Amino acid sequence: MALLEISNLQISFGGLRAVDDFNLNIEKGELYGLIGPNGAGKTTVFNLLTGEYKPDEGIVKLDGRDITGKSTIEINKAGIARTFQNIRLFKQLSVIDNVKVGLHNQYQYSTATSILRLPKYFAVEKEMNDKAMALLKVFDLDQEAEYLSANLPYGKQRKLEIARALATNPKLLLLDEPAAGMNPNETEELMKTIKVLQKDFQMTILLIEHDMKLVSGICERLTVLNFGRILTQGDTKTVLKNPEVIKAYLGE
Amino acid sequence: MKSKIAAMSKTSRDNFKTYAMVLIVYVVVMIFQAAGLVSSQMSGLLVPLCVYATMAVSLNLVVGILGELSLGHAGFMCVGAFAGAFFSKITENSMGTFPRFFLAIVIGGLVAGIFGFLIGIPVLRLNGDYLAIVTLAFGEIIKNIMNVLYVGQDASGLHFSMTSATDLNMDGATGNLIINGPQGITGTPFDSTFTAGIIILMISLIVVLNLMNSRDGRAIMSIRDNHIAAESVGINITKYKMTAFTISAVIAGCAGSLYAHNLASLIATPARFGYNMSIMFLVFVVLGGIGSMRGSIIAATILTLLPEILRFMAGYRMLIYSIVLIVIMIVNWNPKSRAWLAEHNLSRFLFKKHHEKKEVK
Amino acid sequence: MVSFITNLINGISLGSIYAIIAIGYTMVYGISKMLNFAHGDIIMVGAFVAFIIISGLNLPAALGIIAAVIVCTALGIAIEKIAYKPLRHAASPLAVLITAIGVSYFLENAALLLFGSDPKIFTSVVPFTNVTIGPFLIPGTTLISILVSLVLVILLQFFINKTKPGQAMLACAQDRDAASLMGISVNNTITLTFAIGSALAAIAGVLLCSAYPSLSPYTGAMPGIKAFVAAVFGGIGSVPGAMIGGILLGVIEILGRTYISSQLSDAIVFAVLIVVLLVKPTGLLGKNIQEKV
Repeated sequence: MALLEISNLQISFGGLRAVDDFNLNIEKGELYGLIGPNGAGKTTVFNLLTGEYKPDEGIVKLDGRDITGKSTIEINKAGIARTFQNIRLFKQLSVIDNVKVGLHNQYQYSTATSILRLPKYFAVEKEMNDKAMALLKVFDLDQEAEYLSANLPYGKQRKLEIARALATNPKLLLLDEPAAGMNPNETEELMKTIKVLQKDFQMTILLIEHDMKLVSGICERLTVLNFGRILTQGDTKTVLKNPEVIKAYLGE
Repeated sequence: MKSKIAAMSKTSRDNFKTYAMVLIVYVVVMIFQAAGLVSSQMSGLLVPLCVYATMAVSLNLVVGILGELSLGHAGFMCVGAFAGAFFSKITENSMGTFPRFFLAIVIGGLVAGIFGFLIGIPVLRLNGDYLAIVTLAFGEIIKNIMNVLYVGQDASGLHFSMTSATDLNMDGATGNLIINGPQGITGTPFDSTFTAGIIILMISLIVVLNLMNSRDGRAIMSIRDNHIAAESVGINITKYKMTAFTISAVIAGCAGSLYAHNLASLIATPARFGYNMSIMFLVFVVLGGIGSMRGSIIAATILTLLPEILRFMAGYRMLIYSIVLIVIMIVNWNPKSRAWLAEHNLSRFLFKKHHEKKEVK
Repeated sequence: MVSFITNLINGISLGSIYAIIAIGYTMVYGISKMLNFAHGDIIMVGAFVAFIIISGLNLPAALGIIAAVIVCTALGIAIEKIAYKPLRHAASPLAVLITAIGVSYFLENAALLLFGSDPKIFTSVVPFTNVTIGPFLIPGTTLISILVSLVLVILLQFFINKTKPGQAMLACAQDRDAASLMGISVNNTITLTFAIGSALAAIAGVLLCSAYPSLSPYTGAMPGIKAFVAAVFGGIGSVPGAMIGGILLGVIEILGRTYISSQLSDAIVFAVLIVVLLVKPTGLLGKNIQEKV
């Protein structure tokens, strides 16, 4: 059974079919790419998967469980975490606190415990700190843990967003253009980190990307979206050679 | 001791400074008072000062930490004031001063908290300026209702009316009018002291600062910074907005009850509990630095004392006050003046911890 | 029935005055995205200027109205330039809100110093007292308020939709940066908006005090807040919305005062606002803009 099963997903905005008849299966541990020209509906697919939009039709199953039409919070709890095309950090919080917000639902203590500073508060906070630092280390952000997240350089902000998503302990990670705005060195580094997530964290990853070097470098399979419909899907090499795909990207 | 302070994290150290500041001011005032150096006018300001500082902390929880603009906080204070004073009136002859006053504060907080919770359910669904105007509306409604509320007590229990005292139909012999419509509550015992005020301010500070540096506090601030991202990592937005708003209302209610026990007659006038009062609290919060509790307390203190200090200017003092307010705001927030001050190493005169918004596309 | 219709007409009349203030409020909000708490106090300034000219100097009412409009327009422009413009790019929108509160305190206390706190009796600028239409006896001010607000709304709609400066206002309200790239002078447009809003406030001040002749430094505060409520009611940023919101508010207030409770009329107005916003969170004619993810 595939980890993520999407069948016949569809949504319209004011008569315009933004996503139509979208089908996709992603296996556990797979690194999957969703590509296509601007406006093809890639981010809309992400928004449908995470509950920002409710699909008009279709079914989304995660690990065999139907999550279609559930709220963003429920879907996150079920195991899907995401990053955003326009970085959405908690800008007034420190780097480590951004990750600790991600850890929110895995550690519990009551409001009263925090206000009265009961021993449980210190114990759980320490666990959260350790876990957050470990995650930051993976992304080479541990030195900047106490920085205000808004003050991080761009590339590191993107990484922090991934770290925060990972902190929610997802089964599936959705990355929306993780390399956007990065220079070639940063992209290179990001590719390595994504590989690490797949190998060491056994993470299943679905990513949207325009950087073909990154896509061909790390994605195992691809789906190409054009005008809201699937143009083709299959293993990366075959898909990228497909003349239809080249035409969609470069025009006639 | 010194090494212990050094070992604390930056935030704990910062919180410690805030607590120390309040306590030092308290000790200094007590010494001055014992030495007879505090004028009766100043003495009369001490309890209101604690009330206003506590209100500033309460409002800063909503404005600075939750990131929502409330223009109705005087309404919560009003509810707390009437609930606390009412309790003290009906138990005046049956309880000792200390337990009665303690319970009056708690009840003021609880009743305001219930109001905060109930009002929060509809209000927190709105955004931005819409939320602001609805909180203002609720504050005005509360003030209005308090002006037509009559409550009396006789042998058969409590009586309520929204029209007049005679409609209470109380037993003439044992009847005791407690809330008398536009005349409010008179004769609430004078239980509030500067010490009680400082204790309430300290507890409010501890609650808010501890909340900020906790799991719930981070969730609340994440909603303020980016609600879409907060939802995407599984933060229950409604729950945490409600938590912040309700706690803020509880604190405002305690402050209100403290206020009521310092007044010979408690009347819901526009000057005391109207939107103007809510706006005054907002001025404290913004001037002191949005999100900075210490700043709120300092601003509340300075702006409460300023009109007193300017008293020698008689009729001109409120005019000067308004000009000072405008000038401070412009110097403090105009991007050019901020840059100029930074260039001349004068930034330390600015109020810290603003929401610096750097847009990242 | 006759008394109900008379009350209704009185409500529409008060509502027309709210509408004029609300339109100024909503235009200023639309373009500067700030709650101009000093707007209500400009009403008071306008009324005082008219009062000085008409009752103090015994000059014709028309001169008083013209002077009020001129003084308030200049005042509105000055406030914008001195107090609000320096904070247009401030890091927090609350900065300019607090400054507006400061300006409001300033105007109220300046008036207090100049005129004292006891209310002045304002002489109505409407030369005829009552008009009889069928069975209804309608005060002249009522009729004039309704007519003036109607004329002003029509003129404004024409100005905003059919003239270049009006279009520039719409453009700046929608996207200031884009408007400036299109060659629109954002500064001038904002100044013009404040000028128009303040001129409207002056007219509203004269009408308000003609209908309710007691004038004090705090006369403008509550109508200012009510007009703000009216603007939100109708959907903030929308001129027709402000008109509808203002009139509804006036009607609710007068009917509530007459038929439910005179002491609770304000509470009723605010309660209706809350209900409207809960059903339609952006007001009656407001547009709902969803944040793009």
